[in-house]
Order: sequence, then C-alpha cells, then structure tokens
Amino acid sequence: MQSSNGRARADGDGAETGVPTSHARAQHEDLGRAFGEAAGDLHYEDPWYDALASGWGESAAAGPHEGEVPAARREREPGAAAAAQVYLEVQRSAAFQEVRRRYRRFVLPAVLGFFLWYVAYVVAATTAPGLMARPVVGAVNMALLAGLGQFLSTFLLTWAYARHARLRRDRAALELRWDTQELTRGARGGVS
Amino acid sequence: MTGNHQAPALLLFGVFVAVTLGITTWVSRNRRGSAEEFYAGGRLFSPIENGFAIAGDYMSAASFLGVAGLIALFGYDGLLYVVGFLVAWLVVLFLVAELVRNCGRFTLADVVAARMSERPVRIAAGTSSVTVSVLYLVAQMVGAGSLVALLLGNTGEAARSWAVIGVGALMVVYVSLGGMRATTWIQIVKAVLLLGGTVVLTVLVLVRFHGDFDQVLRTAAERSGHGAAFLAPGLKYGGDWTARFDFMSLGLALVLGTAGLPHILSRFYTVPTARAARRSTVWAIGLIGGFYLMTIVLGFGAAAIVGPQALRGSNASGNTAVPLLALDLGGGADSTGGTVLFAVVTAVAFATILAVVAGITLASSASVAHDLYASLRRRDAEPRSEVTVARVAAVGVGVVAIGLGLLARDLNVAFLVGLAFAVAASANLPALLYSLFWRSFTTRGAVWAVYGGLIPALTLVVLSPVVSGSPESLFPDMDFQYFPLQNPGLVSIPLGFVAGWLGTVTSTEIADEAKHAETEVRSLTGAGAA
Repeated sequence: MQSSNGRARADGDGAETGVPTSHARAQHEDLGRAFGEAAGDLHYEDPWYDALASGWGESAAAGPHEGEVPAARREREPGAAAAAQVYLEVQRSAAFQEVRRRYRRFVLPAVLGFFLWYVAYVVAATTAPGLMARPVVGAVNMALLAGLGQFLSTFLLTWAYARHARLRRDRAALELRWDTQELTRGARGGVS
Repeated sequence: MTGNHQAPALLLFGVFVAVTLGITTWVSRNRRGSAEEFYAGGRLFSPIENGFAIAGDYMSAASFLGVAGLIALFGYDGLLYVVGFLVAWLVVLFLVAELVRNCGRFTLADVVAARMSERPVRIAAGTSSVTVSVLYLVAQMVGAGSLVALLLGNTGEAARSWAVIGVGALMVVYVSLGGMRATTWIQIVKAVLLLGGTVVLTVLVLVRFHGDFDQVLRTAAERSGHGAAFLAPGLKYGGDWTARFDFMSLGLALVLGTAGLPHILSRFYTVPTARAARRSTVWAIGLIGGFYLMTIVLGFGAAAIVGPQALRGSNASGNTAVPLLALDLGGGADSTGGTVLFAVVTAVAFATILAVVAGITLASSASVAHDLYASLRRRDAEPRSEVTVARVAAVGVGVVAIGLGLLARDLNVAFLVGLAFAVAASANLPALLYSLFWRSFTTRGAVWAVYGGLIPALTLVVLSPVVSGSPESLFPDMDFQYFPLQNPGLVSIPLGFVAGWLGTVTSTEIADEAKHAETEVRSLTGAGAA
C-alpha cells in the first residue's frame, strides 16, 4: 500500500505543478503524516463516507450539506459562489485536464468503433442477406459469426475499459475528488 | 395445458411470492423512511450485488420468453434483437454509468437539471421518465397475462385479468413497503433463479445433441422448413424496404435506449462510488451476455426439438417456446420430469415479470415524487413528505399500469418493449448526453431535447400501423396510419438530438460556465457525490 500510495502522489504532483489545489494537497499530506499511513489510506479508499456522514438521512431540502446536488439548492448561500469558483479552478487544473484527456482518449474512439461496427452489422443484415448467408464451417455462416463477433467485441471492450479506468484514471480522480471536497468545504466556511 | 402442469407451477410461484414478501418485511424493519433509503437502498450495495440486480432488472420476460420465441420461429432475425440488447451496455458503461452516479442523487432529472434552471427541466425529464416506465410496465403486464393464458389454457380470460391485477398489487406492496432495498434483493434472487434455470435448459439442449451445436443448428434449419435461410437474416425483416427500415429503426432504439431507461439509471445510485457503479456494470454485462448466449441456444433448440408447428399452435408469436422446450426436455407432457421442469420454468418466468415490474414501478415513483411533485409543490410544503409521496405514487403507477395492461393485452410484448426503448432513446438520452458533455448546453436546449424526442416518438406511434390501418392494429377498423414503420426510433432519435441542439443555439441564455465546470469535475472525479 505504501509504495502504491507514493506512486499516486508522485503521479499527481508531476502532472500538476503550480495548481491551485496545492494548498489542500499540503494540508492533506500533513494530515497523512500526522495520522500515519493508515489514516492516509482511509482517506484514499473511502472519501465518500465523509460526505455521506453529514447528509445521512436528511432529505434534499433539509439544509446545505456536502454531497448535495447543486440543483437542489434553491438559493445560493454566500459560500456557494466561492465553491463554484473552486470547481472552475479545478477544471482548469492540469491534473483534472489529464484525467479528462485520458477518459476521452479512450472513450471517444471506442464509442465510435463499436457504434459503427454495430450499425454496419445491422445494415449488412438487412441489406445484404446474401452475403451474410454465405456458409463458413458446417451450418455456421457469416451472419452467425458476425453476431458472435458482436458479443466478443462487447466483452473485450468492457474488459479494456475497466482495465484502462482502473489503471489510468481511478487514482488520479480520487485525489482530485479529495482535494476538491477539501477546497469546497473551506470555501463554504467549513459549515459542512 | 392440463391440470397436472398447473399445480406445481402455481406452488413454486407461491413460494417465490412468499419468499419475496418475507424479504420485503425483513429489509424494511427498523428503517427510517429517508429518501436515501427509499430511492437508493442506502447506497451500500456491493458491485456484485448490484451487478446481479441490474441483470435482474434488464432480463425481462421479453428476453426470456419473447426473444427465444422469435429465434425459434424466425431463426436468425430473432438473434438480431439479442445483439442490440447486449451492445447497448457499452453505451451505458462508457458514457453513462460512472458519470450519472457521480452527478445525480436519485433520478435522471437530477443530472440534467444540475446545470439548468431547475423547474422546467425537471418537469420535462420527469414526464419522459414516467412515460417510458409506463410503456415498459404495460409490456410486462401483458407478458404476465400471456403466461397465465398458457398455464390455464384458453378458458382463463378472467384468470388473465386477475393475473394482471395480482402482479400489479404485489409490486405495489414490494415497492411502497420495501423501497429500493427490498426491490434490489428481489432482483438478485430473480437473477439467480433465471440464470440457473437457463443454464439447466441449455445444458439439457446440448446434451440432447451430444454437445454438438452445429447439429442443433442443422436440425433447427431442417425442421423449420426454410432450410439454410433459417440461419441467415431476412425471414422476418427481409421483405420490402419498409420492413428493413423498421428493423434498422428497432436496432437503433435498442442500442441507444438502454442508457435512457430510468429503472436502469436508478440502479447506479445504490452503490457507494462511481468505481462501484462501473464494476457493477461490468458484472451485469458478463451476466447479461452469458444469458443471451444461452437464449440463442434455447431458441434454436426449441426450433430443433419442439418444432415451429407445435410452437405456433401454442402461441402465434412464439412466446411459449421456452416452457414448451422445458416440457419436452424433461421427458414429455406425461412424465414427471417434464411436468417439474415446465413448472420451474413457468415459475421463473413469473418471478422475472414480478421483479422487473417492481424495479420499474420504483423508478417511476421516484420520478413522480422527486421530479414532478418536488417541482410542482408549494415551496413551504414539508420536505420530508417526499418519500410518502413516492409511496403513494407507487400505488398510482400500479393502478395506471394495471388499467393499461388490461386494455393492451393483445399487443405484442416485444413490440411494446421496443417502443419503450425508442422513447427512452429519443427523449432521455439526448438531454443526458448533452448535459454531460456539451459545454454550451442551455435550459431551453434541455427542455427541447426532451420534448423534441418524446412528442415525435409518441406521435409517430399513434400514426403507425400498430395503432390503425391493418388487421393486426389496436383499432383495425380505423385508418389514420401515415407513418409506415412500427418503431419510430429511426426518425425520433435524431429529432431529439436536433431539437436539443436547436434549442441551445437559439436560446439567448448563455450557459453558466461555473455550473458546467461543476458538472464536469463532479462527473469525472466524484467530488461532492451523494
């Protein structure tokens, strides 16, 4: 755990020099040092729990708490403008843009690929049944192979996406989540 | 069917009802009625549990009975459905699951309304979600009626109505008492039962043919009377160009509709994080993919073992293929094995319908209470009453679905599901994708995207041959058919996207940059997620 944590932090710092979130990061690392590695791990593994604890069991309009959807906010309290500023800053940060770039660079070609492959399959099945009926092995013809190919490509893309997200995005996104929540909490005057 | 088939099936189904009612009481003891608890089951399900529950929500009677029957009767053209149902999950996994989990609280409208002026967007998205859910519900109710008709023979016209009423009443009990927690456990139990039953039947089919799937295909093609054409596309959708475009329309609706189904989206809120939402989707894809592969074997197996003549004799649209296959695989109509297997399969199909109906009812009651009621109520109303409203809404949705289910009982189940998918893809998906990915998307764009997909989709259905103008129509005596296709997706889905774009570029409002930043940051990192 120690080494993987260190790697994540190095990753984040490398991608994110002079980013406004560094203040929270410093705070966070202090915390991590103070409570030892175990406490640091807890924050990494489980940050949603902090957010949930304050809002547990309350309904949408019960009050402004962390984890609330902005839509549910009828009137913006003074801290909210500052919190909105935080999201703008995080969005402009290099670390976030890296996460977004990694997400898009996988998802856009993948969506385009499987969608065109599916459309091609449907169009071929409806407009070129002769081609699809061509036998390949025994009773198995082109159409059956193409259908099974759709299953296979779906399974493969699912596996590739899960792997890519796990290895390339999860850790950086979790760091950003923690930092952003720290910053919004600070901006709202620590009410939550 | 004769009486010796009914008794064990009804007994097994009674056991399932008792167990699920037990679950409902068990999980709802000592629970506070918070919104978090009612809509999202406390958000503490594990990815595996949620993966099974998603699979349970998705594998409806239409897949188990309808698609297997279509394959048995039309060969390869039935298989085209299965491919669309599965590939659709890539849209969900890549573009929707994690982002929706991060941005929303309970419903689709949460995500879309987050960036916009809330009221009009919430009302629009809530309306379309309820519409999709009701269409989907009616399909399941009609399926329940057909199943009872199979069980009780042609004598049971009254029994069929009572089945629809009974299913509706049970689902209202599940949902209004147990909320998301009970509904999720019912989905899990049902998914395990359904997959177990499918595995047993698939193994029996393959054993019958000594493990040679090629032999299954050849026998199916021979018995169908179509020869090699049975294994190639074109038997059902290969006629004129109208039929071909109809199929393309259906294909588009299937692949884009799943990501807009409210009861699927609400499942992602039952897990703690986006990562858990992704992992549950991966589980669901594995389970659903495996299930559909087995459905293909069952469909061709039914064609090879039972034969299309017997299938058509029992139910013209093939909905009874799997139960009849079970009867034959167990040893025939007069054997104990056949009776038991038939009873098991019928009870599993009942359980399937009941669980799917509960999931959809919950999602639509959430839309009514959280989106429509919350937007339309007085500002000073007691906020805690939202869950009470949702419970009442579940009863209301149940009554509406029972009524429509009784009216529409002669409509084809697969068609109704295809229609629900088309409306979901036209009205929900454009607004959802635009609000997640388009920086300058505005309130007017969101409202136009929803209504610009919803209204054309519904209008085209009313003008289609399904409603009037042909002997199989809902109103065969009237003729106001102006749209040739049965499924409106090919026209209405692009219209939804165009309307959203048009509304955005023509609106004077400038998109709030800070709110877009918030949506984007939250969707990709999970900061501030509920």
